Amino acid sequence: MNENICAISTALGVGAISIIRASGPEVIEITNKIFKGKDLTKVETHSITYGHIVDHDEIIDEVLVSVMKAPKTFTMEDVVEINSHGGISTTNRILELLLENGCRLADPGEFTKKAFLNGRIDLVEAEGINDLIVSQTESQRKFAINRLNGNLSKLIKDMRKDIMELEGKLEVAFDYPDEIEDEEELTYQELKDTMINIKTKLTKLVNSYKNASIIKDGINVSIVGKPNVGKSSILNHLLDEDKAIVTDIAGTTRDIVEGTLSLNGIKLNLTDTAGIRETEDLVESIGVKKSLDIISNSDLVIFVLNNSEEVTKEELDLIKNTNVNKIVFINKCDLASKINMDLLKELPVIKGNTKEANGLDELKNRIVEMFNLEQINSSDFNYISNARELALVKKAEKVVSESINNLTATLPFEIVADDLRISYVALGEIIGETYEEDILDEIFSKFCVGK
Amino acid sequence: MINMKYDVIVVGGGHAGCEAANASAKQGLKVALITSNINNIADMPCNPSIGGTAKGIVVREIDALGGLMGRVADISHLQIKMLNSGKGPAVASLRAQGDKVTYPKNMLKELRSIKTLDIIEAMIEDIIVEDNTIKGVITADGTKYECTCLILTTGTYLKSKILVGSTHKFEGPHGEESSKHLSDKLREHGLEIIRLKTGTPQRIDPDTVDYSKLSVEEGDKTPWTFSFDLEPQYDVNKQRVCYLVYTNENTHKIIMDNLDKSAMYGGYAEGIGPRYCPSIEDKVVRFKDKDRHQLFLEPESNYYPDLYLQGFSTSMPIDVQEKMVHSLVGLENAKILKYAYAIEYDAINPLQMLPSEENKIIHNLYTAGQINGTSGYEEAAGQGLIAGINAGLRCRGKDPLILKRNESYIGVLLDDLVTKGTKEPYRLLTSRAEYRLILRHDNADLRLREYGYQVGIVTEEQHNRLLKKIDDINNLTEELKNIRITVKNESDSIKESIGDLTKGESLYNLLKRPEIKIDQLKEYIENDYSNEVYGIVEIQVKYEGYIAKTNKEVEKMLKLEEKQIPEDIDYDKVKNIASEAKQKLKDVRPLTLAQASRISGVNPVDISVLSIYLKKEYGKDK
Repeated sequence: MNENICAISTALGVGAISIIRASGPEVIEITNKIFKGKDLTKVETHSITYGHIVDHDEIIDEVLVSVMKAPKTFTMEDVVEINSHGGISTTNRILELLLENGCRLADPGEFTKKAFLNGRIDLVEAEGINDLIVSQTESQRKFAINRLNGNLSKLIKDMRKDIMELEGKLEVAFDYPDEIEDEEELTYQELKDTMINIKTKLTKLVNSYKNASIIKDGINVSIVGKPNVGKSSILNHLLDEDKAIVTDIAGTTRDIVEGTLSLNGIKLNLTDTAGIRETEDLVESIGVKKSLDIISNSDLVIFVLNNSEEVTKEELDLIKNTNVNKIVFINKCDLASKINMDLLKELPVIKGNTKEANGLDELKNRIVEMFNLEQINSSDFNYISNARELALVKKAEKVVSESINNLTATLPFEIVADDLRISYVALGEIIGETYEEDILDEIFSKFCVGK
Repeated sequence: MINMKYDVIVVGGGHAGCEAANASAKQGLKVALITSNINNIADMPCNPSIGGTAKGIVVREIDALGGLMGRVADISHLQIKMLNSGKGPAVASLRAQGDKVTYPKNMLKELRSIKTLDIIEAMIEDIIVEDNTIKGVITADGTKYECTCLILTTGTYLKSKILVGSTHKFEGPHGEESSKHLSDKLREHGLEIIRLKTGTPQRIDPDTVDYSKLSVEEGDKTPWTFSFDLEPQYDVNKQRVCYLVYTNENTHKIIMDNLDKSAMYGGYAEGIGPRYCPSIEDKVVRFKDKDRHQLFLEPESNYYPDLYLQGFSTSMPIDVQEKMVHSLVGLENAKILKYAYAIEYDAINPLQMLPSEENKIIHNLYTAGQINGTSGYEEAAGQGLIAGINAGLRCRGKDPLILKRNESYIGVLLDDLVTKGTKEPYRLLTSRAEYRLILRHDNADLRLREYGYQVGIVTEEQHNRLLKKIDDINNLTEELKNIRITVKNESDSIKESIGDLTKGESLYNLLKRPEIKIDQLKEYIENDYSNEVYGIVEIQVKYEGYIAKTNKEVEKMLKLEEKQIPEDIDYDKVKNIASEAKQKLKDVRPLTLAQASRISGVNPVDISVLSIYLKKEYGKDK
């Protein structure tokens, strides 16, 4: 009962706003850890606070957070509700952050269960809530059935089968030490090989989620550069339309302009930003600030340089300090070059001229290459499709890693068996299956034991 | 006839009956143990071992609670060893080869020393029930004995049927008479009777075995006791040995060729046998890929010659058994002293029992051992002990003792029985316990002795021993935390394991390292402690994280365990529970939400729905 639980409580990706709800004794502190704004532990109960959800320094979303302290809440525990701007990936990301910081995912109907068990729901309400729980579970059940036919479930089942086989061998040796001949006993190496193999598969799954989100949400591309360097031209050429305003006057583009295009079937979300330079113009400076923000939220940054000007220190700093994927596009190559190419060593550089549409195909090809777009295919989408699954897969990955460490330290088999059981349960959670009788059936069906 | 009146009557003198009689009589009550043959008290009709994996821990639990099995086994064995000692602290378990003559003799001596216990020889054929409450028993010759509580521990003797090939006889082990009517009477009173089967292998003449072809299995060179109160009373170098035997292709061929003659495969048996104790024909049929199976030749006693051929139980006719035994290397010319047989018997459905072992239909009736669908001496003894304790507590007007799953293997056994029921003879396994890291053999007294003391069957002296042990454990743990050492000198023996330690580290933290054993730290510890205390503290320190994790799971379970379900609940009135779950709940009638959650087929949602219903119908406090 005293656990901190969280869940997305609005339909994913449908509404304009998503609400992530958390309940438990430490949810305010947990939320505070990922919140930039007022100190949530000090705000009044039943108040709404404006701020940002952050992952370390990275801003994930602009949010409103409702803090409601026990006991006057739905669950009679401390409750936090985060109102985010919706969007599947953002909402999932916030959920993941809560999970990473100490919450666990709520079971279906668990908020209601807490409410009831803590004495919040009165007798009249109980009947209605009863129906609610059942209906939630019904959809959960349908969901589970759909999953069972899926690739994820097959993969996980295979892993569980491998673990169960090992677990069965260990358990049978515990319970029937006389019956198992020495050569039938498992070795640490055998155990480790299987677990490493499983861990590799789980890591791959986590990566496939990234691919899946690329498929679903696209790649966020920012085009960054000094004013009038040709950012909007690149954008327009890529989009084949005049969406961004292109002029010869430096600083025309003040708002971030967005457009999307499809590359190898993958969506590219393009963003043009105001030019980067020191400026006294207020409107312009907001644009610069936003540019910096956007860089950190992008999957890819295209830095545009003017071939006829020297690279400034600001530009270079920005390029070097950007941690996401980046491409340097040197525009206006029809003019004489003043760029010291040594400064751009080891960076992916493309030379072109937007006036004649030179270098743009190369740019596209480089993006395809960089994101491995030819490799991504829709099957990735079939593995992990939401934060719940991702969190569970990551959790399983973690417990499997721990078991590998303990195998390396050659801890007693009993502890190893415990690790295997935990791994098995963690994997089972992903597909909604449990442990219980499985192990006994395994022992009796696979091994020949008994007096 | 004079009607004798007792507080508690125990029917049956097997391992369950002995413990039940002891546990109720030691509460100062007037108790009768009625058995059909006094010479068969504490008989071991099947294998000679006491203890074994999980079971050895049960024996220690029995001892901790004030039972007899451990202390009697300690003075009656031929060999003893710690199983699984290399595989971790919780799966380690003691097993002794009991002497089948000495053990019953010593047990009878223990029982005879209890002043308030009468031992009576008679066959019980009926029970007296008034207003759904037990009043007494009636013997085959019509004698009536009255009682407040009755404990039935009938073992395999209810309508027992011995099967060898296509032939069968209605009798119990050793050709004893079986109880022909009692199970029918129980059925008339509304109890559901199930039929189970078990088996036992051949006994071999030791003078006809070629030992040169067999390898020897010895006892441990470290002395052990089951009991927390006794010092080892045997010479480790004078233990009897066992021998390893293997089946081979020829054995398997003989079995396959004659399969239709086996009672089981020929369709002559109706009882359901245990999966974990399969007959050799079961093993050969189910595991075709295995080219050999391991068997053991074990001594049964110092007072008669028979060797027990463990692993070779079968219901084949005797001529096939001859061929099978002679196909084994080393047993080519072996003489079979007793043939293997299967035995079928009646038992009651354990779902009709409460966790206190009291029957749900007939008040003050308790059942323990094979009648509840279990198998094994230790499982029987553990149940007998609890039935004896609870029948006694009932007579004294007190609440029953119910051990939880996180407290003991006995608790796991009883909870499994009353929650899941059983379709085959139930055997304890370490894999049945979800909290096994805290259910160890070394801490059974810490877990349970206090309960035995509260009930009144653990003596003051035994209790003081426990208090001293707890003190020692706390003191040693404190010492480990307070003493910090540095290692520089070559003379420090620990240097080899950990190298230089210039910064200084507490012994406690050093002990957490996998490569450090507590023996290496003893020289730094100021006070003296017993090896037992060193051992337990070492486990507590080394596995602290794992134990904490287990305790956390236990806490979760206990919270649900507090939510009681009223006895009179009408599940038909609970809307929205899946129909399968509803049926299971009706069958089992769990006492708490935790128990309900362990029923297979009852899902977490059903539990939520049920808890809401309880809240609504029975108010806040339930």
